[in-house]
Amino acid sequence: MSDNILEIRDLTVGFRTEQGPVEILKGVSFDVKAGEIVSVVGESGSGKSMTSLAVMRLITDPNAMISGTIRYKGRNLPGLSAREMRKLRGRQIAMIFQDPMTALTPVHTIGWQIAEQMRVHLGLGAKVARKRSVELLGKMGIPDPERAYDRYPHHLSGGMRQRAMIAMAISCDPAILIADEPTTALDVTVQAQILDLLQDLRREYGSSIILITHDMGVVSTIADRVLVMYSGRIIEHGAKSDLLDKPQHPYTLGLMRSIPPMTGERPRRLPSIPGSPPLPGKRPEGCSFRPRCEFSFSKCSAVPPLYRCNEQFAACFLAEHGSHQWQRNLAEERTAK
Amino acid sequence: MTTASNTSADPASKVPEAEQPNQFNVQIANGEASSAFAQKRLFQLRPKDKGNNPRGPWKTAFSRLLRDKLAVASFVFLAAIVLSTASATYYADHISQTDPFQSNLDGQIEINGDPAEIMAADSEGLGLGVTPIGPTWTGQYLLGADAQGRDVAARLLYGGQNSLIVAFASTALCLVLAGVIGTVSGFLGGIVDTILSRLLDIIWAFPIYLLAISLSIVLISTGLQIGPFHIPSNSLLLPITIIGVVYVPYVARPIRGQVLTLAKSDFVLASVCLGMPTARILVRDILPNVVTTLIVFAPIMMSLSILTESSLSFLSIGVQPPAASWGTIIQDGQGLLYTRPLVAIAPGLAIIITVLCLNFLGDGVKDAFDPKAKLRVGKG
Repeated sequence: MSDNILEIRDLTVGFRTEQGPVEILKGVSFDVKAGEIVSVVGESGSGKSMTSLAVMRLITDPNAMISGTIRYKGRNLPGLSAREMRKLRGRQIAMIFQDPMTALTPVHTIGWQIAEQMRVHLGLGAKVARKRSVELLGKMGIPDPERAYDRYPHHLSGGMRQRAMIAMAISCDPAILIADEPTTALDVTVQAQILDLLQDLRREYGSSIILITHDMGVVSTIADRVLVMYSGRIIEHGAKSDLLDKPQHPYTLGLMRSIPPMTGERPRRLPSIPGSPPLPGKRPEGCSFRPRCEFSFSKCSAVPPLYRCNEQFAACFLAEHGSHQWQRNLAEERTAK
Repeated sequence: MTTASNTSADPASKVPEAEQPNQFNVQIANGEASSAFAQKRLFQLRPKDKGNNPRGPWKTAFSRLLRDKLAVASFVFLAAIVLSTASATYYADHISQTDPFQSNLDGQIEINGDPAEIMAADSEGLGLGVTPIGPTWTGQYLLGADAQGRDVAARLLYGGQNSLIVAFASTALCLVLAGVIGTVSGFLGGIVDTILSRLLDIIWAFPIYLLAISLSIVLISTGLQIGPFHIPSNSLLLPITIIGVVYVPYVARPIRGQVLTLAKSDFVLASVCLGMPTARILVRDILPNVVTTLIVFAPIMMSLSILTESSLSFLSIGVQPPAASWGTIIQDGQGLLYTRPLVAIAPGLAIIITVLCLNFLGDGVKDAFDPKAKLRVGKG
C-alpha cells in the first residue's frame, strides 16, 4: 500500500430511466494522497458532485446502479454497513457544501450545531464540546467566537456561515474533507479568505482535501493536483503546474483559453468552446468531446484511454505519442507575449 | 437590560480586562484623565455578556406577536374568558347560590325585596304552561333560568369550562397525532408513508361533521374501549378523542409536505454527511422546524374544535347531561327561543367571541411565527 488515503477504481454510477440505463459516471479512477489538495474541475453535469456523493455513499435513489471500488485506508466503502458508514462520515470523511445559506439548520445556533457534531462522534460532554466549538470558530477567523457561538445562521453573513460550515466539517478532525464548490456562493474577497483557510487546515491538520469547483482561479490558487472531468469521465489529470501550463486535452486547453488574460492585449471576445456538454443519455460514440473538438479526427470514434504524457495523463488520441503540435504553438504564443 | 445588570453586579471582575490594551482603552486614555470614568464608559461600550447577541427565533417571534395589537387584545379577551369560566364553582356557590345541575322548578328568589317565582305560570292562553324567569341583571339568575329553572349564567360558566377543556385537549391530541404521523410518514417515506397517507385519506374522505356525528352516535351508546382502557359514554374524553382524531389529516398533510421538503434540504444532507444518526436528525433537525407550523395551527384548530364540540353537544351527542357545554345550553334555549331568547343567545355569543378571538390570535401567531407560510386550514 502506498500513502494513498483514498483509492477510487472504475467508479461507475448509472441510473435506470425510462429510456434505459444512463451512465452518469464512467469508470472514474483516481487516488488521493494524505495531506494533498486534489481539485476536480469540470462543467456542470460533468459528474463532479456525483463523484463526491458516491464517495460519501449519499446516492440513495433506488434506481441508481453503482459499481467500482472506493477504498478508504484499505476499506472498501461500498461494502460497509450503513452503521459503519455513518460512523465514518463526519469522523473520517467530511463534506462542505456549496451554499452555506441552506446547509445550516435555521432553528439552532451555529455553535450548537458544531458541538452536536462532537458530542455524537467523540462523545464529548456539553461543556467540553462548547469550549472546543468556540476554539474552532476562533480558528476559522470568526471574530468574537464566544458570542458567535450563540448566533443563529441567519444572523451571519455568507462568509461567516461558510466558516461555520467548515468548522462543523473539521470538528472531528477528518482525514478527508470533500469541499463541493465551497466558494461558489460567496463574493470574491470572501472566496480568497476561505481558500486561505482551507490551505491552513491542510497545513495544521494534515487533512486531504478534495476540492470540487469549476473555477480555474480557485484551482490555480490552492490545488496540488487537478482532475478534469468531462461527461462522466476523467479526461485529464496531473500536477497543477503541469496541467495548467501544458494542457494535453483539447478540452482543458479550451477551459484555459476561456480565462481572460492578465497581461497583453485584451481580446475582443474570449475564446469559448462551441456547443454544450452532451446530456448523459445522448453521449456520442467514442470520445464524448468529439462534436465540440476542433482537433477531432478519424480515431476519435473510439473511446480514448488515458495516455501518459510526461507527468500527466490525458484521455485523447492526440496525446498518444506525447506532447502534440498545438501544445508547442501555445508555448510559443506565450513566450511571444 | 442584561448589560446593566451585569456591569453593576460584578464590577470588580471586569477591571483587569479593562486594563488590557485595546483600542477603546487607548482612545479614552488619551482623551480623558479620569480613568475611573473611562473604565465605566468602557464597560458600557463593550459589554462582554451575551445580551448583545441578536435574539433567537423564538424571542423574535414572540416580540413580533406582542406588536400585533389585535392578537394581544384577543389573547387578553381569551384569558378573561378562561378565568371567568375557571371561577364557575365560586360563582355558583356565592353569587347565584343555586345548583346549576339540579332542576329548580318551584323555587323562589327575591328581586328588590319582592318574591318572584322562578317558573312563573303563563298568564296568557290557557294558563297551563310555565315560563322561566327572565334576566334579573342582579346576582341570582343574572341571565334568567332555562326550562328546568337552572341559572343560565352559572351554567354558561360551567359549560364554558367544558367547551374550552374539550377544545384545548382535542387540539393538543390532534397536533400531537398529526405531528407524529406527518413527520414519520414524510421522513421515512416508502411503505410507511403509503400506509399512513392512505389512513389519513380515509378519514379525509368523510365530511368532518358527518364523521364526527357518526362516531359520536356509535360511541355515545357504548363508550369506547381502547385496549384495557374504557372511556364511558358520559366522559369528556369521548368528544375530545373524536374531535381530535377527525381533524388529524388537516394538520398531518401539511406537516408531511413540510417534512418532505425538509428531508431533502441541504442541512439534513449536511447532517447525514457529518454522520448523524437518523433518529437524531429527526429530533434535532426536522422536529424543531415543524414545531412552528404546529404552533401556527394551534389557535385555528382550537376554534374549529370549539365549533365542532358545540355542534355535537347541540345535537346531544357531545358533552352529556347533566354536564353542560355551550352547545348543550343552546339546545336548552331552543324551546325558549320566543319567550326567553337570551338562554340561547348568551352561549351563542360566548362561542362567537371565543372563536373570533382565537382566529385573530391565530392570524397574529401565523404572521409572527411563520411569515412566509402558505398554509391554509381547510374549513370542515
